[in-house]
Amino acid sequence: MSRTHVTCVLNGDEIDFLCNDYQTLLSALRDELGMIGTKEGCGTGDCGACSVILDGQLVCSCLVFAPEVEGRRVETIEGLAEVDHLHPLQDSFLEGAAFQCGVCTPGFLMAAKALLDRNPSPTETEVRYGVAGNLCRCTGYDKIVRSILDAAARMSDPERQKEAT
Amino acid sequence: MELLSANPGAAVFAGATDLIPQIQAGRPEPTLAVDLKRIPETGRIENSGGFWRVGAAIPAAVLTAHAGLSAAFPGLVEGAGLIGSDQIQGRATLGGNLCNASPAADSVPPLVALGAEAIIVGRGGERSAQVSEVVIGPSATSLDQSEFITEFRIPAPSRGSSDAYERFIPRTEMDIAVVGAAARIRVDGDGRCEEAAVVLAAVAPTVVEVSAASGILEGRVIPHYSGRDAFWDELGEAVVACCNPIDDKRGTAEYRRKVAQVLARRTVVTAARRARETL
Repeated sequence: MSRTHVTCVLNGDEIDFLCNDYQTLLSALRDELGMIGTKEGCGTGDCGACSVILDGQLVCSCLVFAPEVEGRRVETIEGLAEVDHLHPLQDSFLEGAAFQCGVCTPGFLMAAKALLDRNPSPTETEVRYGVAGNLCRCTGYDKIVRSILDAAARMSDPERQKEAT
Repeated sequence: MELLSANPGAAVFAGATDLIPQIQAGRPEPTLAVDLKRIPETGRIENSGGFWRVGAAIPAAVLTAHAGLSAAFPGLVEGAGLIGSDQIQGRATLGGNLCNASPAADSVPPLVALGAEAIIVGRGGERSAQVSEVVIGPSATSLDQSEFITEFRIPAPSRGSSDAYERFIPRTEMDIAVVGAAARIRVDGDGRCEEAAVVLAAVAPTVVEVSAASGILEGRVIPHYSGRDAFWDELGEAVVACCNPIDDKRGTAEYRRKVAQVLARRTVVTAARRARETL
């Protein structure tokens, strides 16, 4: 079976890979590129564990055909932290104990990043709607919501930003 | 179109939020999958010559972020903004929501209430059809194998005209409508209703227009629902007469008939208030 050659920008780097026509972006990331930070939960767009940002838009990578990302920008959990320090969302999740088993965490972090990119100071309600597409079976959500609010506060306060770096 | 005509097993897609789960659930892989997003007409939003043209493959997240569209058609944007999660809205489109042909599609009642036309291309060239004529039953459309929708043509709202959409779900987010209702209302300078359309979702095999609504509402100043005005009962009866619901896990037929009346009143009140605010 002939495979499709796809070129895209992944976390800022131009990369290419080979995939099958009906392979999902999720499977291409994990199985072709070895980027296993993005998790598979349901595989049908219900749980949000595989969330990535595609051309600025939050999507479930299990609902994207890999050949569709030709020429497009993909951001995954592997691109969230800087070389020498974590993203404020990651700091807040760690400090706020916003995860237990961790399978949903990459998806929550990408959904939270997409939310804060378009709304830097969301209300609690906006946060809860912003991550409504992500399921967590461990935390009961409260610590996740608080950690996202904490990260938003951290990111809008220059003093706290300095402290983090 | 040639690709689609030559490949009887081909499928078109835009957001693929329905196609991929169907393949995961065992639907055979299409012999060819055509990505409509790469066709320029499917990605444009334009307002000219008395019509808005809205591309059929634009993700809901782009529609809800579009200030001009949100001002012109708040009800349509409400419907699009209720389709799944933020992740789903990054992909799901008006064309897909219509052609998936679910009776509970949230963006379809507003399109029908607005009198939108679907621009359809296929082997026979281009044609247009009222959105209400595209879906003929659950999972069935009137499009042939070579055809797909490129864009929707929606009459620009005149002064004094607006729309609204509401659905009922037992949760707060991420669910499929038990009942949905859209309304479009045009009022004159005194706030009196000149034109009305009410369209329901999830109460019949396709979305249904309450054709008697215009006769009941026209000529009235539409107040908040109080239960005292007899015309609300008339509207409720007209709504129930259009319902042909099923019993399923989301709700019983009787429950759907009741909720449809409530949502029809609410969207009529909201659309009328918005219409007055444009004066």
